[in-house]
Amino acid sequence: MAQATETKYLTEFYHLPEFKGLDGYKKNGGYKELEKALKMQPQAIIDEVKASGLRGRGGAGFSTGMKWGFLPKNNEPRYLLCNADEGEPGTFKDRMMMEKAPHQLIEGMIISAFAINSKKSYIYVRGEYDDSINALNAAIQEAYKAGYLGKNILGSGFDHDMDVYRGAGAYICGEETGMISSLEGLKGQPKLKPPFPAVQGYLRKPTIVNNVETLAVVKYVIRDGAAHYRKFGTEKSAGTKLFSLSGNVVKPGNYEVPLAFPMKDMIYGLGGGFKAGRQLKAVIPGGSSAPVLTAEEANRATLDYENLAQMGSMLGSGAIIVIDDSNCMVQCLANLTHFYHHESCGQCTPCREGTGWLDKIVHSILSGKGRPQDIELLIKVADNMKGKTICALSDAAALPVLSFVTKFRDEFEYFVREGKSKVKGTAFAPKGGAHVGH
Amino acid sequence: MFQLSEEGKQKVLAELKRYESRQSAVLPALYIGQKENKGHITSEVIKELSRVMDIPESQINEVFTFYTMYNKQKIGKYHVQVCRTLSCMLNGAEELTAHLCKELNVNLNEVTADGRFTVSEAECLGSCGTAPMMQIADKYYENLTPESAMNILRGMK
Repeated sequence: MAQATETKYLTEFYHLPEFKGLDGYKKNGGYKELEKALKMQPQAIIDEVKASGLRGRGGAGFSTGMKWGFLPKNNEPRYLLCNADEGEPGTFKDRMMMEKAPHQLIEGMIISAFAINSKKSYIYVRGEYDDSINALNAAIQEAYKAGYLGKNILGSGFDHDMDVYRGAGAYICGEETGMISSLEGLKGQPKLKPPFPAVQGYLRKPTIVNNVETLAVVKYVIRDGAAHYRKFGTEKSAGTKLFSLSGNVVKPGNYEVPLAFPMKDMIYGLGGGFKAGRQLKAVIPGGSSAPVLTAEEANRATLDYENLAQMGSMLGSGAIIVIDDSNCMVQCLANLTHFYHHESCGQCTPCREGTGWLDKIVHSILSGKGRPQDIELLIKVADNMKGKTICALSDAAALPVLSFVTKFRDEFEYFVREGKSKVKGTAFAPKGGAHVGH
Repeated sequence: MFQLSEEGKQKVLAELKRYESRQSAVLPALYIGQKENKGHITSEVIKELSRVMDIPESQINEVFTFYTMYNKQKIGKYHVQVCRTLSCMLNGAEELTAHLCKELNVNLNEVTADGRFTVSEAECLGSCGTAPMMQIADKYYENLTPESAMNILRGMK
């Protein structure tokens, strides 16, 4: 295997503990781009971001510049909301960014807020991330003291306030309209689109919701220009991206590489491959909602939006969960169906009921009580959950089921027929069916 | 009857002014109430928050029941939350949870006889690269083995 290396563009200084504080951050180029941006025309910043090809790093991969362009062209107050509710199973990159470089996010946010003329922003952080919340609160205070936040920032006439909002444990709040509901102090239930948040978001005011990594990148697009940023990756998947590698690899962790990096180099190079005697069985490439890839597919995949979409999966949040051949795919799927059943917000019937049924059926197979018709039933239920709900959670629950059952059908059939796993030595402690409620 | 301390009350009132809308203070206020009621929320806590915030109980209650970080029942002094989701499962989370429950002689979500521990399973805590892991209060304990996790619990005062 060729030597695989990272491209540390965003993460260049992450090895320095001092990068977390204002002094250390400034010593390494911090807040220089804010100074530069405040002298630019806001529209020029939006144009540069659009030209950079930057796409949302949270999962959907939508063009950031285009999203900003949906804001109404008037002086109505608007909000910038940073999505730091990192909850997609397998994803842990935003947590690292907030803990190691809170000012990087804050600077990216102030530049973005200036570009879209927003005077108030919130960072919605998942409630479990205490270290991230503390790091951000401390950094925001430092930024206020240094005049990077508040009134008349660096004498530019631009005012901006920023605050952190703590979530309380709900995966659905990572969906942008669910997040807005939660920030409004309500149940985190998604809202029907349109109107899109850019038109009607927090308190019915125009709101731009961007992921942590996306907002941090804005600083670098201003620093180096769109053309430089485009030197990384491909035409449609520009830039570098942080990938969270986990599962059965020897060296899990966050790795920054240019988009279109070969999956093989990620798993065997950066990830160090597998423990002795084990080999690749399957990869979930973009967080648990992304359809699973077989070993053969994974070995020829590249980490960009287009390639993974062509393979019927997606780049998602950049969470790569690697599964080796010591694992039972029925058990892996049961883990995920439990997750989605637990996290469905209960608003739409196909999702609320469907996630429950999927979980019950998979657990019934896992406990050795599966019936031959259950495999088709799983496919039927999952098919009926696609495209029928307010948000994408229902689809996100259906896609893993369809891909697992289709690509590893022999394991499901074996389990139904024999009442036990096809994978030798897999021990189970089935906890008796589906988890109900919280 | 539950009553917020004077400090807690002031904190809740500050949250009401902190955001663009008063309603946004409901989530932070529930955290304050939970902390003052030994880690879980009861109907008494909701009633008190409603009184202090002048927001109907029903609006606070529906938020309370929606989110997992507000505890619905009594928990031990240390709430041990073991991540159960896929990356942690692939690295032995089930064995870890089973070991802790066995050593503490307790079922999931129950309080140990001495009132010190509650073990529960949590969904993905965003620590997949350092699996398996557990969260106790605001701290993450990562790269665990069943034994190392139990040693951490033994070290808790």
